[in-house]
Amino acid sequence: MKKIFAFTSAVALLTSISATAFAGATLEAVKKKGFIQCGVNTGVPGFAGTDDKGTWRGIDVDVCRAAAAAVFGDASKVQYTPLTAKERFTALQSGEIDILSRNTTWTLTRDTSLGLNFAGVNYYDGQGFMVKKSLGVNSAKELDGASFCIQAGTTTELNLTDYFRSNNMAYTPITFDTSPETAAAFDAGRCDALTSDQSQLYALRIQLKDPEGAVVLPEIISKEPLGPVVRQGDDEWFNIVRWSLYAMVNAEELGVTSENVDQMAASSKDPNILRLLGQEGIKGKGMGLEDNWAVNIIKQVGNYGEIFERNVGQGSPLKIARGINQLWNKGGIQYAPPIR
Amino acid sequence: MINKNGTLPDLPPPSTNIGVIGWLRNNLFPSPLNTLLTFFAIYIIYLVIVPTVDWAFLNSNWVGESRDACTGGGACWVFISARFDLFMYGFYPESEYWRINLAFAILVLLLVLLNIRQVPQRGWLAAFTLICYPVITFYLFSGGVFGLDPVDTSKWGGLSLTLILSGVGIVASLPLGVILALGRNSQMPIVKAASIVFIEFWRGVPLITVLFMSSVMLPLFLPEGTSFDKLLRAMIGIVLFESAYMAEVVRGGLAAIPRGQYEAAKALGLNYWKSMALIILPQALKLVIPGIVNTFIALFKDTTLVLIIGLFDLLTTIEAGFKDSHWLGYALEGYVFAALVYWIFCFSMSRYSQHLERKLSTGHAR
Repeated sequence: MKKIFAFTSAVALLTSISATAFAGATLEAVKKKGFIQCGVNTGVPGFAGTDDKGTWRGIDVDVCRAAAAAVFGDASKVQYTPLTAKERFTALQSGEIDILSRNTTWTLTRDTSLGLNFAGVNYYDGQGFMVKKSLGVNSAKELDGASFCIQAGTTTELNLTDYFRSNNMAYTPITFDTSPETAAAFDAGRCDALTSDQSQLYALRIQLKDPEGAVVLPEIISKEPLGPVVRQGDDEWFNIVRWSLYAMVNAEELGVTSENVDQMAASSKDPNILRLLGQEGIKGKGMGLEDNWAVNIIKQVGNYGEIFERNVGQGSPLKIARGINQLWNKGGIQYAPPIR
Repeated sequence: MINKNGTLPDLPPPSTNIGVIGWLRNNLFPSPLNTLLTFFAIYIIYLVIVPTVDWAFLNSNWVGESRDACTGGGACWVFISARFDLFMYGFYPESEYWRINLAFAILVLLLVLLNIRQVPQRGWLAAFTLICYPVITFYLFSGGVFGLDPVDTSKWGGLSLTLILSGVGIVASLPLGVILALGRNSQMPIVKAASIVFIEFWRGVPLITVLFMSSVMLPLFLPEGTSFDKLLRAMIGIVLFESAYMAEVVRGGLAAIPRGQYEAAKALGLNYWKSMALIILPQALKLVIPGIVNTFIALFKDTTLVLIIGLFDLLTTIEAGFKDSHWLGYALEGYVFAALVYWIFCFSMSRYSQHLERKLSTGHAR
């Protein structure tokens, strides 16, 4: 792993020199070719994947659709490049894709040494716990003495040890080599709890023999902020991607949805809503976009709450709780700077 | 009844020694130990077969639209049927499926014609299949000519992509392999050295590295803005890699031809190319048909490695299918289906190779 990392850094160093050449070029190039090339995962439940008809869907996919709606006024003007974890950064560095929206964790190393910029966070993930309902546990703090099915030698194991040590609790690890083995062991009742990234836990839960018999606990013990990435050095494009995301979060906060957006634009008295919907204020000028850029995003893709519930939340089979992805004024940490 | 010479006629063997019972007695229950082993084996088969049949057929669901139809508790083949188009054609636009169907229909027709002895001019037909047909298929798939809508290679996928990758690999690697094998046997030092370096380099690196390099490293060396088709990069990688293996298989055949054949060809006054094309290669290639087909079958299965560069071949499409949140948990059905499809193709290739061997075994039968 270390070697791969050193290798990627070396490559990044080489490319970061040329990265500056992209300044302002992406938007122009995107407009010229008529679509946004979006790098997505080859398949992660709720984040990116194709439905039975081959249409791409997911919360990561919707980030690219939002940017397309902002640029072209048409959310369907996106071409997808399915990428594996190893090739994702190169694809962005080499200019093969315009946005990398592939459940990528925002870390200092990636942000500073790869010639890339993280444009925001569309999903706050982190390590969580899943237990059988019959255990009668409502919080991770009650797991003292529990046995855990864990995958050996992963950061998951390390985080678990740290968490239990800092809370002065004891646990019995039962280690396995692969993730499916771990989940199967939990299903068979060989341990009390399973730990992994929370979004993964919900996906694993569906595959249990009795999904209703297991519950994901609210605690998150590690930070995995996932978000879209763009090339460093093209601030104009960076702004468009970042504010497409912020527009969706602001829309939810202001109660603007894909259904009521037209009506809001026509009759709302709230200056914040009018500014968001391009009726007054700075509009789209600073980004080189049409005034109704945010209207197009909200109408065609939805506000943040809508895309969350549709792809991973209650409207999807995953039924992930909003948790920390709730808005800042509702107990979560999703926060967008104001549009004014 | 007494025979003419006064002996009694032969009685038929006891009924327990012939027919089904006799066979069972002789083969399954000849001794107490064997009887025990037979019952044990029957028990093992029972243990495996019954749950498999239960899962795959008796408790399975075949019709429906979504996972709601999966009520039987066994396999849910609805997952396959709901996504069947995606598994076959990938992201290819639905209105253009006929182009892929047509391309494979032509291929099947050509292959059938090539195997009927009465068809005249089969040599030309074979040349057409190898040279013109790939061009026709390319234009059918990618469009852009004769009023066909262009379809970007990023939309190709599923089984059709698997067949394209392996088809190109098979058609291109054999001639390249023959040339490399001849090069390695050549008297000319530079040709010989170049062939050896090429073969040993490509045989020495794993295919996964080749694909990874083609997808991750190559774009960094190209000038900004030039995007070199990902599928084409993978294809070139596969062809170069497989041709090195093919070269060694063919070289094995060349080495098996007795020296006398080379000398006889020279004695007839044939030059190098003629002696190779008319005397040596026909014999050498015939000898190594099993090896060639073996390489083809390996190549067919190796195409699944494009998984790591995000190309949606059959296996990747299936895997992406059960990672859709609506179909989570149907991995087993997906893998069984993939295994079945790959098995059908590999088994057909192997049967065809045996057919070829029988057809071409002239004068060597012992």
